[in-house]
Amino acid sequence: MYSQGLIGADGSTDESQEVLAAFQQRIDAEEKIEPNDFMPQGYRRTLIRQIGQHAHSEIVGMLPEGNWITRAPTLKRKAALLAKVQDEGGHGLYLYSAAETLGVSREEMTEELLAGKAKYSSIFNYPTLTWADIGTIGWLVDGAAIMNQIPLCRCSFGPYARAMIRVCKEESFHQRQGYEIVMTLAQGTPEQKAMAQESLDRWWWPVLMMFGPHDADSQHGDQSMAWKIKRFSNDELRQKFVDATVPQAEYLGLTLPDPDLKWNPEKNGGQGGHDFGAIDWDEFWAVVKGRGAMNRQRVEARRKAWEEGAWVREAALVHAQKRAERNRLMTQAAE
Amino acid sequence: MGDALFCYVLRLADDHLILGHRLSEWCGHAPMLEEDLALPNIALDLIGQARALYTHAGVIEGRGRDEDQLAYLRREDEYRNLLLLELENGDFARTMLRLYLFAAFMELFWERMLASKDETLAAIAAKAIKETRYHVRHSAEWVIRLGDGTPQSARRLQAALEELKPYCAELFHSDAIDREVASAGAGVDPAALRQDWEAEIAAVFRESLLEEKGIGDGHQTGGRLGRHTEAMGFLLAELQYMQRTYPGMQW
Repeated sequence: MYSQGLIGADGSTDESQEVLAAFQQRIDAEEKIEPNDFMPQGYRRTLIRQIGQHAHSEIVGMLPEGNWITRAPTLKRKAALLAKVQDEGGHGLYLYSAAETLGVSREEMTEELLAGKAKYSSIFNYPTLTWADIGTIGWLVDGAAIMNQIPLCRCSFGPYARAMIRVCKEESFHQRQGYEIVMTLAQGTPEQKAMAQESLDRWWWPVLMMFGPHDADSQHGDQSMAWKIKRFSNDELRQKFVDATVPQAEYLGLTLPDPDLKWNPEKNGGQGGHDFGAIDWDEFWAVVKGRGAMNRQRVEARRKAWEEGAWVREAALVHAQKRAERNRLMTQAAE
Repeated sequence: MGDALFCYVLRLADDHLILGHRLSEWCGHAPMLEEDLALPNIALDLIGQARALYTHAGVIEGRGRDEDQLAYLRREDEYRNLLLLELENGDFARTMLRLYLFAAFMELFWERMLASKDETLAAIAAKAIKETRYHVRHSAEWVIRLGDGTPQSARRLQAALEELKPYCAELFHSDAIDREVASAGAGVDPAALRQDWEAEIAAVFRESLLEEKGIGDGHQTGGRLGRHTEAMGFLLAELQYMQRTYPGMQW
């Protein structure tokens, strides 16, 4: 998943107005832009940044859930969690591949992540403290990710849009699985229900922050909208998410930790929707800027894996060269 | 026969659970993204095999214990896995070499189990053999890459072999339980697999330029009797954390 709020479209380009207008025409006609097609530098840079952040989020996102694999309460849950975390890694892999079609390598993107230059979704800077968090992440974090990603299936850049179709299918499954974990707890013993509620209390607000700053404070949304990379504004998606989640929480018998949450028949153009309380943006920006509970540890874990794995990657490369050289000599000898 | 078969299947189930647990520890921490996918994938296969085996063991025992009661709610000395499999992962070389040593053994084991008179075991073998062949291929390729890679990778692989060597003989440990199950046609006597295993290992070790003398002469045994290494208690502390903290709940 990724946080829409981190994306800043860089509109600066060197291209002439005619060329840009022709490109915009293709976008407006809902044509897919493919890797070998012309695209403005700003469009390319925006996508590299966005797809890179998205890929990093999948990879860093393996850590908080991976934290519970060895402690999963049953073998069935363990198997499902392993499969889920593996899916996230798979999403990372094909997102990196989609970004590579734009002329950046996975290694470069990884180095940027480790150097703190590339961002990932802030939600993964929160710790997973109980088993209930595994359910809550599936239900809410993946649920919010789906809200963000469904529109990306229609993104103007072909490889990203196609990757999103598969990612969304798997994320929907994860979300149902997460909801089912929370439901089991909510219908369990008082202790289990308390565990589910405590987890919801911790995750609810950070999940709402996943959609990014309010539209009025979001600097780069317009260009991404015009390029049809982004289809809905941060606030629109957040509202959809809240409206979808409130009945789910009610069904579980859990309470969303927001005293200001109430039905408003005027909302959503008269269709009705939920008003909700003020988001603590100081917390959001603090976590984005590195002052979350787990920022350091998450990047450190990725750095450790990358650095301690360097000798393995080098060995694989050297072995492949040795093998190619031997094959070449054998072919030569045969001739 | 029931008691012996129960112990036999339980040992096998414990092997798969414990190695699956160790491999799952790599998830998110592997040297490359492809291995972040491959290692949990293999762990998932092993846990799946463990589940089928525990369920079958529970049926044989006939006391109503399900897969989770067997997997989570025993004392350390009641786990009967090979010591080799509970050792900490160490580096990537040790992890891959251990997987290879065990998977190469299990490939031979499952091939013979296809003919088991116990229909459930034969069916488990039929599914497991396909997965195990992939585990062998994947791990053998890595053993070769590391052995015939850089001086550092070769040194690490050789060091891993020295660490693991003392534990390999236990793969072929055979006692009254194995013999009873084997002679009834329900299982395989692991002692019978030793020659084939050594031949298989030798071929891969040659390609990986590994010095493999004395691989079957190890002195570290005890897992089959419930005498474990110091690593086991910590593994179980994690594995059993939820079930021990919140006894008797549904998850």
